[in-house]
Amino acid sequence: MTLLNNKLSGQNAETRTGGNSVTIIEPASGWKLVDFKELREYRDLFYFLVWREIKVLYAQTILGLSWAILQPLIQIAIFSIVFGKVAKVPTDGTPYILFTTISIIPWTYMSQAMTQSSQSLLQGHAMLDKIYFPRLLFPITPVLARLVDFSISMVIIFIVMAYYLVHPTWNLLFLPLFLCMMIIIPTGIGMWLSALSIRFRDVKHAMPFVVRMLIYSAPIVYSASSIPEKYRIIYSFNPIVGVIEGFRACLLGTPMPWQYIWPGVLTSLLLLLTGAFYFKRMERIFVDVI
Amino acid sequence: MNDTDIAIKVENISKRYRIGLKEDMHDSLLRTTIDFIKSPLKNYRKYRSLYVFGKDECDSENGSSSIIWPLKGVTFQVRRGEVIGIIGRNGAGKSTLLKILSRVTDPTGGRAEIHGRVSSLLEVGTGFHPELTGRENVYLNGTILGMRKVEIDRKFDEIVDFSEIEKFIDTPVKRYSSGMKVRLAFSVAAHLEPEILLIDEVLAVGDARFQQKCLNKMEDVGHEGRTVFFVSHNMLAVSRLCERVILIEDGRVQVDDAAHKVISYYLCPEGGSSAEKTWSDPAKAPGNTIARLHAVRVKTADGIIKTDMDIRKDILVEQEFEVLESGHILLPSFQFFNDNGLELFATDDLDPAWRRKPRPAGRYVSTAVIPGNYLAEGTHFVFASLTTVDPYVKQFFQPNVVSFKVVDSFEGDAARGDWPFKFGGVVRPYLKWSTRYQPGV
Repeated sequence: MTLLNNKLSGQNAETRTGGNSVTIIEPASGWKLVDFKELREYRDLFYFLVWREIKVLYAQTILGLSWAILQPLIQIAIFSIVFGKVAKVPTDGTPYILFTTISIIPWTYMSQAMTQSSQSLLQGHAMLDKIYFPRLLFPITPVLARLVDFSISMVIIFIVMAYYLVHPTWNLLFLPLFLCMMIIIPTGIGMWLSALSIRFRDVKHAMPFVVRMLIYSAPIVYSASSIPEKYRIIYSFNPIVGVIEGFRACLLGTPMPWQYIWPGVLTSLLLLLTGAFYFKRMERIFVDVI
Repeated sequence: MNDTDIAIKVENISKRYRIGLKEDMHDSLLRTTIDFIKSPLKNYRKYRSLYVFGKDECDSENGSSSIIWPLKGVTFQVRRGEVIGIIGRNGAGKSTLLKILSRVTDPTGGRAEIHGRVSSLLEVGTGFHPELTGRENVYLNGTILGMRKVEIDRKFDEIVDFSEIEKFIDTPVKRYSSGMKVRLAFSVAAHLEPEILLIDEVLAVGDARFQQKCLNKMEDVGHEGRTVFFVSHNMLAVSRLCERVILIEDGRVQVDDAAHKVISYYLCPEGGSSAEKTWSDPAKAPGNTIARLHAVRVKTADGIIKTDMDIRKDILVEQEFEVLESGHILLPSFQFFNDNGLELFATDDLDPAWRRKPRPAGRYVSTAVIPGNYLAEGTHFVFASLTTVDPYVKQFFQPNVVSFKVVDSFEGDAARGDWPFKFGGVVRPYLKWSTRYQPGV
């Protein structure tokens, strides 16, 4: 009986002190790791932020989510005419529309995600200044929100593939790898650039034409095989090359061009890690400097 | 204080900012061109200096002029269940302190510990998006403030009910009036259930009726045994909600004591015990070439100047001033405030002898008589001013110039009768009561 009493009172004391949640506030110093436990605690907020981003993007438009299809569709049409018909870019035998559709859909996703992610902190500065939640949610939110557009626009790829009677092959099993890479790249870049843009607004002005230039740094309108052999290694360290080549091989069933892919996997992981570290390092000065 | 009873522990917290990044201007085209070419490097250094500080700049006492220290070593503790108010003038460091405790910004030095689940409310409606409906914004704002989705599901009807906008809950918020937006936002905030609540001046929202509703809700929160940390300019709200108040001045804790004591000190730092204020040197006296204040006094009917006034007796408040320029119509006046900062009333000199009449130069003493059994017990602050009415121009205005304390001697013949406990109200009139009696059957 006494034992039971002791146990009970012990429990009471524990709940009363609320020892489970102690917040320590100290000057931050040095490098910090991403606090995944904290991110988990904020998952409901994360969900609503992503959902807000999706909901708000096409608010008060007539076409609504159809824009997610229309935008890449127009891009495909333009590229097919300019590079396919006029410039006659070689595609190793693939019809140009099919060739460019498969590359434009993931590229549209990556470019939009990295642009929005890099501006996320500046755009959210009203919130940044007023409430605490893990700052990492800012750059990650648009990366996830844009996945909705991406999924919808995948329909275009399937329609075009059906039209050209492309049969799915076992290569499709590799697709998740490239989807991951496709998400990791804008996340890494977004973390880097959003943190940088807090200090230097130059990022905001440079971003549009950097994105426009990046499209030519990867085999989106042309084929990777047109790059001279001796530059291939350097070229492949651009992770976008890996994603695009990977997508093509998975969907068209051509042999997997691993030599283009592994260097890119390395770079994208490096981007993600360094981005996270840099972001966490700069996090503490965001509000003071913005 | 037992260690387990502490909700917030702040030890020597300080914060440094760099301000005043100067823009250099040049008047020659050549210099401007050279500067333009050199500017990227210069700009880089400039923006870097916002968060990189030199060794010699680490001392809060002798730093460079572009550095400010909004907080210079603040230390205090808050017990579990305590409702504590933070007051201070603009720029005293209140908001910085709140931002540090809510983890929006990091301290430069020191340490704070918060024991328990915290919610901070630096504004209402953080994250509200105009394109989303009221319902959607409730969920978004709620999770931003730290609620879980299930928690909002549970309280949703209550929140909407409190906001009084049930009809428009599925309308995009951009169609709302600003009042409706604020009501909805506050309703979400009011339904937070953290163990510790940090709030900034957010009660100054909506119309007066809704403000009252919010204050009531806040009071409930305090009674539920939650720890509340309340930063405000509104002395009334502070004195109503908080038992203990900390006055912050110039980045330091100036006073930390019972609410009414700190508020009195804040309103009248000299100690609030001066029943008389005189200016012996006319050059330093308030006023101008038309008129100059000479003295303000609080007296009993017998002419004794003192601070402690009997609640039953008349209180005389006078201002003595010198008219230097003849021919103006003058209006001496007083305002009276209690120790909660509430303005009780204002009064203008309506003495028929001088009303609407131009006054010749000379010395005047205008006296107002506050009847006995009129003011409540407690400290009262007097604001004195003199206005010319042709046109209306303030010649001098002296806030908190004198103060006095109304005391009840508990002899049973004042308005409180024999009641020995707290007796509310800002005035204490002695009313005539009558009784009609019908004998029982």
